[in-house]
Amino acid sequence: MIEIKNLSKIYKEKSGRVVALTDASTQIQDGDIFGIIGMSGAGKSTLLRCLCLLEKPSAGQILLDGRDLASLSGKELRMARRQMGVVFQGYNLLMQKTVFENIAFPLKLEKYDREKVNARVSELLELVGLSDRADSYPSQLSGGQKQRVALARALATQPKYLLCDEPTSALDPLTTQSVLNLLQDISQKLGVTVIIITHELSVVRTICNRMVVIDNGRFVEQGTVAEIFHAPQSTIAQQLIGKEA
Amino acid sequence: MQAVFEFFSQNGSLLWEGTLETLYMTLVPTLFGYALGLPMGVLLTITKEGGIACAPRFHAVFGWLVNILRSLPFIILMIFIIPLTRLIAGTSIGATAACVPLTIAAAPFIARMVEQSLEEIDAGVVEAAKCMGATNLQIITRVLLVESVPSLLRGLSISTITLLGYTAITGAVGAGGLGNIAFRFGFQRYQDDVMYVTVALLILLVCVVQAVFNRFAKKADKRSR
Repeated sequence: MIEIKNLSKIYKEKSGRVVALTDASTQIQDGDIFGIIGMSGAGKSTLLRCLCLLEKPSAGQILLDGRDLASLSGKELRMARRQMGVVFQGYNLLMQKTVFENIAFPLKLEKYDREKVNARVSELLELVGLSDRADSYPSQLSGGQKQRVALARALATQPKYLLCDEPTSALDPLTTQSVLNLLQDISQKLGVTVIIITHELSVVRTICNRMVVIDNGRFVEQGTVAEIFHAPQSTIAQQLIGKEA
Repeated sequence: MQAVFEFFSQNGSLLWEGTLETLYMTLVPTLFGYALGLPMGVLLTITKEGGIACAPRFHAVFGWLVNILRSLPFIILMIFIIPLTRLIAGTSIGATAACVPLTIAAAPFIARMVEQSLEEIDAGVVEAAKCMGATNLQIITRVLLVESVPSLLRGLSISTITLLGYTAITGAVGAGGLGNIAFRFGFQRYQDDVMYVTVALLILLVCVVQAVFNRFAKKADKRSR
């Protein structure tokens, strides 16, 4: 379980203080497909960066299975990070390495032996449907295929949590559908808890079971997807869902 | 035709030796300069603001040091470090001795070239590696130095050609090589024909170095295909 407790993040910049997150609290249960939805500038990216420990919270805590992430030392932090697979918005693949090598990258960081790496990468390539592209380079792939490579890489070390930043915002509707199906598959087959950060309501409605609505750095509404879509309470959610309906 | 034949039978071995000496004085300092400059460039990159081992004060001091070394005109540097050259090479005259100042001039130059190449890497890729639990050393060896290979090779071609130019200066003060031949025959003996051929040879060397590195860089780059 991931618990976010009274999380605040303030950036100190030369032009002054920028408040990105204020007093945000929620719980993500194991097995959830958890949607975090908000418009641009709402604080989604900051939340993601806090969750994968690229930023330290200014106040509050993030508890990963009860352990406060901010309290971890360098080595513990690296171990904790391996619990969390991240799929970035821009994929962030190694451009000079093949699909195979990209997926093998996190395994090699952990010094898996070669046979184990080969077996695991083949398995993952099959899972994301790219077995025939193992020797291609990222520049030779379409956006949807790159997304699948990023997904396979994030899953390589069998993390408990999968964090996806705008996994479909750069994809066409058909590719979006296939990526969402894949995420659902992964959640069911592998029992991975999936957290999706997005601005697309349809993504949340299609695959998430629980969600929070983030606006202006605050979690303005949270609950099951069915509840919120049925009776949105916050102004922003009403606006968003009203437009959809 | 007759004249050309005569010219080369007279000067051929001289020019050939000069070419070999120039290559020696270019390649050896490039190699040693890279061995020094590569870690320096990495250090400059990782210690800067937002780098993986951010240390702004160290970065500022180290950057200064590199700048000071780079701002010394080569001919002054060469004279300035003669005692060091004697210590390392045992003499301050000849091609091998020339490699000492050439290496010292090359290292900070190469450091800046390396820094520039590493700078081009998308910060997101480094963050992704961090999220996967990579140590700083792993980020350096498996991300930074891998993703930047094509750019590093292009930088290396510029460094090599710059050094080739510097060898002409060492040549003028007695280190041999094509620069030395051009200087002695063209400037001191008014034998213009020898000087022209030397210049042609130097141009040829530059073209070859550039072409070879371009080829390697293109082959190494997996982004465009």
